[in-house]
Amino acid sequence: MAQIVSLADAVGDLVRDGATVAMEGFTHLIPFAAGHEVIRQGRKDLTLARMTPDVIYDQLIGMGCARGLIFSWGGNPGVGSLHRLRDAVEHGHPRALELEEHSHAGMAARYAAGASGLPFGVLRGYAGSDLLAHTAVARISCPFTGEELAAVPALTPDVAIIHAQQADRKGNVGLWGITGVQREAVLAARSSIVTVEEVVDELSATGPNHVVLPSWTVTAVAHVPHGSHPSYSMCVTTRDNAFYTDWDAISRDRDSFSQWMSEFVVGTPDHAAYLELISSRAHG
Amino acid sequence: MVETGPEERTFTPDEMMTVTASRDLRNGQVCFVGIGLPSEAANLARLSHAPDVVLIYESGTIGTRPEILPLSIGDGELAEKADLVVSVPEVFSYWLQGGRIDVGFLSAAQIDRYGNLNSTVIGSYEHPDVRLPGAGGAPEIASSAGEVIVMLRQNPRSFVAAVDFVTSVGFGRHGEGRQGNVGAGPTVIITDLGVLRPDPVSHELTLVSVHPGVTVEQAVAATSWDLAVGEPLEVSEPPTMAELATLRALKARTSEAHSRTGA
Repeated sequence: MAQIVSLADAVGDLVRDGATVAMEGFTHLIPFAAGHEVIRQGRKDLTLARMTPDVIYDQLIGMGCARGLIFSWGGNPGVGSLHRLRDAVEHGHPRALELEEHSHAGMAARYAAGASGLPFGVLRGYAGSDLLAHTAVARISCPFTGEELAAVPALTPDVAIIHAQQADRKGNVGLWGITGVQREAVLAARSSIVTVEEVVDELSATGPNHVVLPSWTVTAVAHVPHGSHPSYSMCVTTRDNAFYTDWDAISRDRDSFSQWMSEFVVGTPDHAAYLELISSRAHG
Repeated sequence: MVETGPEERTFTPDEMMTVTASRDLRNGQVCFVGIGLPSEAANLARLSHAPDVVLIYESGTIGTRPEILPLSIGDGELAEKADLVVSVPEVFSYWLQGGRIDVGFLSAAQIDRYGNLNSTVIGSYEHPDVRLPGAGGAPEIASSAGEVIVMLRQNPRSFVAAVDFVTSVGFGRHGEGRQGNVGAGPTVIITDLGVLRPDPVSHELTLVSVHPGVTVEQAVAATSWDLAVGEPLEVSEPPTMAELATLRALKARTSEAHSRTGA
């Protein structure tokens, strides 16, 4: 059964130096508050997995928390590059980053295999792509038809971290809208942290594609309102597009990045304080 | 800009590209849409001649009809206006790999003479000059969609003899063909200068039309390989007033909506 705890305790207990950590959320429901807490606690040598590393992984990489990245698309959606990711790959700053790179279909198959307890996933993919030579993928023949297919190893993170709209008091989790690969990531991982917008008496199914993660499939639930900012939580918050645009300038330069992180993340005790500071800067 | 009649209609190269690309999407087709230029053209098609086109984004939003263009692949607008929303593993397995996509609509940083696409690195993979975002859904869209429409601006840096990295296969490094992939591969490439199609035998991209006001020399100069030019070379049909009005209204709604902050 999931324990309902503070985010600081959940990260302190479950995210260890050197761990493989998957923070998922496909543009929607990105667990920013949890990522910030990992930075505040100074975790290092993490192998970060995520289909779409966006600003949250740019921050973790720029702060030197990561030694590796397993991913399929790394950019600032609708804006451009992730400058801290690029600086790490192109110049080894603040440290070199080992890349394991897939297509989305390959990453999805890896998580699904992990959730299924299978050693590998299979897909019709990668044929003719140079990715074949640079990543963990093998060609296999279908034992029934002989068709050539791609096999990718199961992805089983030490901890999966996601954000959801709701949990009930028993720790059952409800999320809806674009749910990406979150269910697979949680079921594939050895442990999981779910931050939620609200804790309710009974889960409500208010949006499309409603997904429930029963309490016994989750390790820790933490109540963190607006924990996906600047991403969004459908029916609760909207995406802060201006932040994503501003991030381009903040992150382009090493010093302005460090300054921003010191002030807004390392310099704030928790997510509520971060939100207050962000809101005072945006509107004051 | 004041427009009083067709003889005075003016348009930008990007508008010409978007309108031309939108016309390649037929009503009723099922289209897997990439973000950016393809998304703009696909939605213009839906709002003009192809109201029943089915748009699918890799975020799992199926049959979506956004009022404004999404800034990201996972904008709430796409989920709110979708027939259904499914998980990412499902969209790639049941819907794309399952053979339900007629057209994949892609862009890239580089394309080569055989329609191979690069969105991974400029320079070497190990020591890239520019690290690009990476594959995303493109490799399997390129291999599994019935056919692929590609849109990108044409210049010597984007139209290269050999891409630095084959992220998504067209007809292979040497034009050898589809290498067992189920879809037909790229059937048309629309740029800000004209339209290219692969030669049915050699698979080499051939310029088949130039946009109004563009010369063959311009298209050749914007291409890093010795560009084959079709005979006869056509001139693309300029945008209609209705197409331009629909596109501009869509873009105006979009910038208005995205300038609001959601904090």
